[in-house]
Amino acid sequence: MQWLSYTAPLLEGAWVTVQLTVYSSILGTIFAFAFGIGKLSANWLIKGLAVAFIEVFRGTSLLVQLFWLYFALPVFGQVIGVDLRLPAVAAGTLALSLNIGAYGAEVVRGALQAVPVAQHEAAKALDFTPRQTLWRIALPQAIPEMMPSFGNLAIQNLKDTALVSLIGLGDLAFRAEQVRNFTQDSTTIYSLLLFMYFGMALVLTAFMQLLERTVGRWRAGSH
Amino acid sequence: MLFGIPWDTSNDWAFAVSILPILFKGLIVTVQATALGFVVAAILGLVLAAMKSAASRIIAWPARLITEFIRDTPLLVQLFFLYYVLPDYGLVLPAFLTGALALGLQYSAYTSEVYRAGIESVTRGQIEAAHALDLSALRTFVIIIVPQAIPRIIPALGNYLVSIMKDVPVLSVVSVLEMLNVARIIGDRTFNYLIPLSLVGLLYLIMTLLAAWAIRSLDTRLPKDGIPLK
Repeated sequence: MQWLSYTAPLLEGAWVTVQLTVYSSILGTIFAFAFGIGKLSANWLIKGLAVAFIEVFRGTSLLVQLFWLYFALPVFGQVIGVDLRLPAVAAGTLALSLNIGAYGAEVVRGALQAVPVAQHEAAKALDFTPRQTLWRIALPQAIPEMMPSFGNLAIQNLKDTALVSLIGLGDLAFRAEQVRNFTQDSTTIYSLLLFMYFGMALVLTAFMQLLERTVGRWRAGSH
Repeated sequence: MLFGIPWDTSNDWAFAVSILPILFKGLIVTVQATALGFVVAAILGLVLAAMKSAASRIIAWPARLITEFIRDTPLLVQLFFLYYVLPDYGLVLPAFLTGALALGLQYSAYTSEVYRAGIESVTRGQIEAAHALDLSALRTFVIIIVPQAIPRIIPALGNYLVSIMKDVPVLSVVSVLEMLNVARIIGDRTFNYLIPLSLVGLLYLIMTLLAAWAIRSLDTRLPKDGIPLK
């Protein structure tokens, strides 16, 4: 049973992949809400910043963003006289969360715009401030609508973590590559690797569906 | 110097201008990989969609499982699998073809869903009307369903074409000389990563914005009720 000896390094890598997925998903969600809400802002400066952020991170390749943060940003720091060298784990998490956050921002914007205008009018009639309207009226109704897309983005993010192995982070894909270099047993290792990612994706999908059911209770009329 | 084109490191602007023609060589490879990957994804996706809509569960069920498996595993790993495992079984392909195949495989899972959604968007009444007019199942599909599904399918496929283009840099791991790989080589040799990598980002942004604009204008031009047959 040769493949049993591969499980220890692969599980070690899988743990890094899980951590990366969790952290970048959380950070990505924050970016998604910040820039998704920002894009709907009446303030042209905030709106412009949000649009620029979304276009740049959706319009370029994730690997380009990752390499830029890891290889080019330190050079940029040198030019402006600031130390901008990031450790691989920071560059990786940041690139993943900025990228997925830009996709998420469009989901947030779409769901917020889908909240019926009458809801905003009613809030106004009841003398809610814009902030109260956003937090208490619009978001609780919009978030359940975002969940199916967020589920897809979470899977996308899990798959994207494999790319951080290219800047030397010891994730699942990286460990597998190490084991393969050592044993040359490509078929077994890559088959194991595919099934491990598939397994993690199934668990993540189940978790996102649970989350979807939980926030589904926020929908109007479900109390 | 790369591809026989020298660079000028006297100042930043001169450097940026001098490496542009080198990056364009990489850009051509990126476009080629995108095109080939898209063709594979479009055809393979059609096969998967046809299988999934089959009445027989023995055909539909494996197709669903394959789609799910492809969607849930990273392109990078699929690429490694094809690149290192296929030769063990006697199929040796050049890196570029393996890369395009991996892109096509990954996106076939997505395109198959596009076809399925497009076909399902044709209303039940249309199919019942075709039935009432005594059209065969094949003729119903060809002259009723397909012309109405196409305007819905094309823009969605266009979006995946853009996604494929953004995934091409992954092919650099099997030494395909696409644009990002070229930029990295320039960076490795000149110790200046900022300018080549920023230029690649800028070129990507221009390409995706142009593509998004093209898809939008195509979308507004496609007849919403379907392609007229006569």
